[in-house]
Order: sequence, then C-alpha cells, then structure tokens
Amino acid sequence: MSEKIKVPTVAEMMAAGEVPDILFWVGCAGSFDDRAKKITKAVIKILHGCKIKFAVLGTEESCTGDPAKRAGNEFAFMMSAMQNIQVLNGFEIKKIVTACPHCFNTIKNEYPELGGKYEVIHHTQLINGLIKEGKLSMSGGDFKGKKITFHDPCYLGRANDVYEAPREVLQKLDAELVEMKNCKAKGLCCGAGGAQMFKEAEKGDKEVNVKRTEDVLDTKSNIVATGCPFCNTMMTDGIKHFNKEEDVEVLDVAEMIANAMDL
Amino acid sequence: MGMIASIIFIVLTVVGTAWFGRNVMRIRKNILLGKDLNRSDKKGERWKTMILVALGQKKMFQRPIPALLHFAIYAAFVITQIELIEIFVDGVSGSHRVFASSLGGFYTFLISFIEILSVLALVATFVFLARRNLLKIPRFHMSEMTGWPKLDGNIILYLEIVLVLCILTMNGADEALMNIGHSHAVGLTGDTYGFAVSSIVGPSVFGGMDVGSLEILERIGWWGHIIMVFTFLNYLPISKHFHVLLAFPNVYYSNLKNKGQFSNMNSVKKEVEMMFDPNADPYAAPAEPAGEPERFGAKDVVDLTWKSLMDAYTCTECGRCSSMCPASQTGKKLSPRKIIMDTRDRLEEVGKNIRKHGKEHADGKALLGDYITEEELWACTSCNACVQACPVNIDPLSIIIDLRRYLVMEESKVPSELATMLTNIENNGAPWQFSPMDRLKWADED
Repeated sequence: MSEKIKVPTVAEMMAAGEVPDILFWVGCAGSFDDRAKKITKAVIKILHGCKIKFAVLGTEESCTGDPAKRAGNEFAFMMSAMQNIQVLNGFEIKKIVTACPHCFNTIKNEYPELGGKYEVIHHTQLINGLIKEGKLSMSGGDFKGKKITFHDPCYLGRANDVYEAPREVLQKLDAELVEMKNCKAKGLCCGAGGAQMFKEAEKGDKEVNVKRTEDVLDTKSNIVATGCPFCNTMMTDGIKHFNKEEDVEVLDVAEMIANAMDL
Repeated sequence: MGMIASIIFIVLTVVGTAWFGRNVMRIRKNILLGKDLNRSDKKGERWKTMILVALGQKKMFQRPIPALLHFAIYAAFVITQIELIEIFVDGVSGSHRVFASSLGGFYTFLISFIEILSVLALVATFVFLARRNLLKIPRFHMSEMTGWPKLDGNIILYLEIVLVLCILTMNGADEALMNIGHSHAVGLTGDTYGFAVSSIVGPSVFGGMDVGSLEILERIGWWGHIIMVFTFLNYLPISKHFHVLLAFPNVYYSNLKNKGQFSNMNSVKKEVEMMFDPNADPYAAPAEPAGEPERFGAKDVVDLTWKSLMDAYTCTECGRCSSMCPASQTGKKLSPRKIIMDTRDRLEEVGKNIRKHGKEHADGKALLGDYITEEELWACTSCNACVQACPVNIDPLSIIIDLRRYLVMEESKVPSELATMLTNIENNGAPWQFSPMDRLKWADED
C-alpha cells in the first residue's frame, strides 16, 4: 500500500474523548500471517476510504478461542473468551466487524451466553451495506473480463447462513461470477476448519484443499475469491499443488474491493 | 371358521402390538440414558421445521430422483394406513370390505388411490434395490455398509415387495370373484369394484380360476397383508427403518441455532469465572459435589445428550452425510454415518447390559476406543456438511466434539501440533508463537 493509513486503537480513541462506531476485530491470522495481513490492510483501506469511525484493539486483542473450542479444549476457549469479553465490555463496544469467519462465528454465537453481546458482522456484509448505502462505489480495478468464483467459508456459510453478501459484492465488479459444482450450503470445506489448520491431516487418499481446488479449476476461473484467511491459505496451497499460480489468483473479497473502489 | 379366524386375528393384533410396544419402550429408556438438554423452547418454529423437513421431506429434494422415489413409498405407506382401519374391522367382526357399500364411489376412489400409490411404491422399491445392489453408488458401498447394515437395507425392500404383492393379490382376487358373480362383500351388486389397478390386473391374471381357488387366493392376500404389517411393525425397532417413526420427533427437537454455535460447557464456565473473580478465595475448599464429579465431554454413550442418542436411533444410514463430508471424500477414516451407527450399536449394548445386570454394571467397553477411534475424531473439520446434508436433522458433529472434549480435557490426548497450538493460545493469545505485544505490528509494515 503506497500511503500508510493511521490505524487507531480503541484506547487511543477513548483517551482523545472519542468512541469508535465500529470495532475492527483483526484476528490472529489478520495480525500475524503475512498473507492475511494484506487482507487486513485492504479492510483498513475500505474503512478509511468510506470515512468510517473505526478502531482496533491492538495488543489488547487476543485469540477468540475458536480453535481451542473446536479442538475440544473448553478451558482454553473459556479463558480466551472471558478475557476478550472483559476487554470489549470495558470499552463498551457495541458493533464489531471482522474479516475472519471463525472470529465472526465465535463472537456472534458463543460470546453472548458468556456476557458478550455485540452486533457482529463479517466484512463482506459491511462492504455490501456500504455499497447499498452509496458510500462505496467502484469503477476501477483489474477485473474486467475476468471470471471469478467464490469459495464459501464453512463458518460464514453453513455455520451462519451468510451466502449472498459476498456474492452481491462480487457482482458489483466488472467481471463474471461463476459458481462451483458444490457451492453455498453444499460448499466443500477448504480443509482448515475445526483446528485442522494447525495440524497435519489424517491419512487419506487426497488433501481436502486439493479436492476443493479441483472444483475451482473446473470452473476455469481466473480468480477464486474467499472471505476467510484460512480458506485463503488452503486455496493458495491448492493452486500451487496444481502449478496454476500463473492462471488462478486467490484473493479476499476485501482485497478485490480495495483494488476497485473509488477514493 | 369365522369365529376362529376372528380370534386368530385378535391374538395376532394384540401380540404384534404389545411386542412392538415393549421394544419401543426399551428404545425410549435407552434414549433417556442421555444427558439433559433443553429443546422444549420455540414450539412454533419446531412445528414448522417438522412439517417442512419431516412431513414435507424438504431436505430430501436436494437430490430429486431418490427424493421422488422415496416420496412414492412414503405416500403409499401413509395412505395405506387408511385401509388398515377396514382390515381391523373386518378382521374382528368377520365382515368383508365393510365400508364398500356405505362409502360407495368414495371407497372405489380410496382403494384405487392406494393401489396406484402401491404400484408406484413397487416400482420405487425395485429401483432402490437396483441402486443398492447393481449401481455403484458410492455411499452404499462404504466400509460401514457391509454385513447387517447392507442386509437390513435389502430386507426392508423385500418386505415392501411382499406387502404390495399381498395387497394386489387380495384386491385382484376379489375383482376376479366379482367378475364371475361371486362377491362376498356385503350389499354389493355389479361385476366389478372398479379399482384402478386390480380391476384390470385381477381378471387378466386370475381370470379362469374357479371360485374356491380365488377365495383362497383372496384370503392369502388378506392374511399376508396383515401379517406383513405386523412383521414390518416389529422389524422397525431392530432396523434402521425405525426412521419412519423417529424422523418426526427428531426433526422437532433439532438444533434451531446457527450451526456454527457450539454449546458452552457450564461446568467449565463456572470454574473459569471463579478464576476471573477478584473476590474469590483461592484457598477455599471447593464445594463437595454430590455423587461422582461430572465427566468433561463424552467417553461413552451415556455422556452424550439424549438428542444425540435419539439421532442414533433415527438414522436410516442413507449416507448423505458421509457423501458430503470432506474427510470421507478424501479417503480419511472418518465417516459421520459410522459415528451415528456406532453410537446406536453401543447404546443397544449398554441397554442390554443394564437390563441383564442392572444400572451399575460396567462391561469395560466404551464408545470412544472400542467403537470410534481417535483418528476418526481428529479428521473432522467441523464444517457442518454432514449436519446440513441429513434429511432428518441428525447432528454427527456434536458427538464428535463431545468425544474430542473427553479426549482433550480428561485424557490430555491431543495431536502434538494441536497441543502446541493450545499452549500458544494460553500463553500468547494466538495459535502461533508470536508475542502478544507484536499484534499491531502489521499497521507499521509496508
């Protein structure tokens, strides 16, 4: 990114006597993973470009506990969750946007029972809303004449029934949106969920991400769009497996919009 | 003769119903061995879901061809129950087609409707036999579908064929008898009942036979039909075919929350809350819990919720879950259908043990280890494809997670990479080994 955007933390904002309209929950992948950091910056560009009063937690954010819970360690989950809820409630956070469907699912569905009640949206929902409100428009971008297919993240799609927001956003690009054989409720997992991201897969005859990449390649798309940093990693590895890096790009919806939006 | 027939019929009915009732009560008892779970909320939404998913078979129609075939058998099964009313009245009183004269044209319509559905069901049954045995449909040929499960699937189809053939024989012989002026139905004249299928098929197959043979044939059909009904009824509780009954309550009690929401464990929540409470006395002796302390997660079927156990009895082993599962599709050992089948098998075993040796008996076996291996559990991506695919809202994922919880929290058995990930979350607030102080570094990087 050419010019650096100042990223305010909630603490700084509060110290200046201001309250953010929305908290951007960056997540561990978005904070530490080199590929996912680019998605984070794309979201920042969109938030900043649309003049949204946002902030991040910075060093006060920590893992939502999602991988711990899916791996069966409820203690580690509960510790993470309660710590985060203390921080969020301490700042009186009302609304949260995140680019990670796992964080989205956990904070939206599992935190309320533990005392953490917030309006939580996925970044594709935020972007879709901004487009509908006329706050975000697109004319540029490198997508003219390109074929795009969207890979549904399990924790956005099946887990929370969000199928249309990312598609509505992608349809605004000057490109052709095509569906894979298994999409939406029938979408095949990328292989990373349920804490699989952090371990080798069990023995089988194929890797899950390779199978999903076959679905992608069948569509002859130039771009596979995702809305999850882990799906992004898995699909990128899958494309590499077939030596198709030259032909197929793996991009987050936010990156595509940040590329095409008018500033 | 009439008197003896009535007595035999009544004995058959009483014994057939009582035995069925006994087996259903055993299943109910087994299901109630499960842990509490409140699913009595949102009654309106539950009824609506049941009508759409169970009665309307909404999720079946994701695959239209088997859905239509299945619907034909389902409709025939449901509508044929109307005819059973007459069979019971005739069976007890010794009458013959007691409603024929009083219902008139409506009777003809009703029986014709049943006949047409029965023929469609017969066709569907043959297609299903072909799909199971001749066509190589992968979900019918996975490793858990050998032996009894394979036989079970075929037995049901054979029973259905016999049942429909009995109905058609009964009606067909009656039509042939009418044809030659020998109806023994009360108060009917004319030379045909006018039933849609048997008025044509009956005389053409049975025409030319003498009255005595036709009457015997008609009785064989009639008795065969009712004997098949009770055979079928008593086959249900030992078969995957129990889904015809449990599908309805199972869908009614299904999870209505977002599929991504996993249950929060209250016992863990309380302990962690204590740790976070600045006023808690760290040296206070914990309150002595009554009885044995509760296990974290599930090792055996009795640690699962009653809904998971109802799931196990509802499963008809269609394999839609496993055909959509990313692990099953890529040759891993995990198959969500097997998880459910194992749960049922183990629950049957536990139930038998309790009936034989009493509630405290331990056979040294458990669902985890003796039926389901760790390798299967760790292959799950928690993607919910199995839950989504199930036509009767069975939730294999919640069983997998309950078993994982036991493995991790009670036995500390976790793949080493995941152990590292968990340590990182506890120490660094991230699944990777990065310093929490570096969390905002990305903002300064180019």
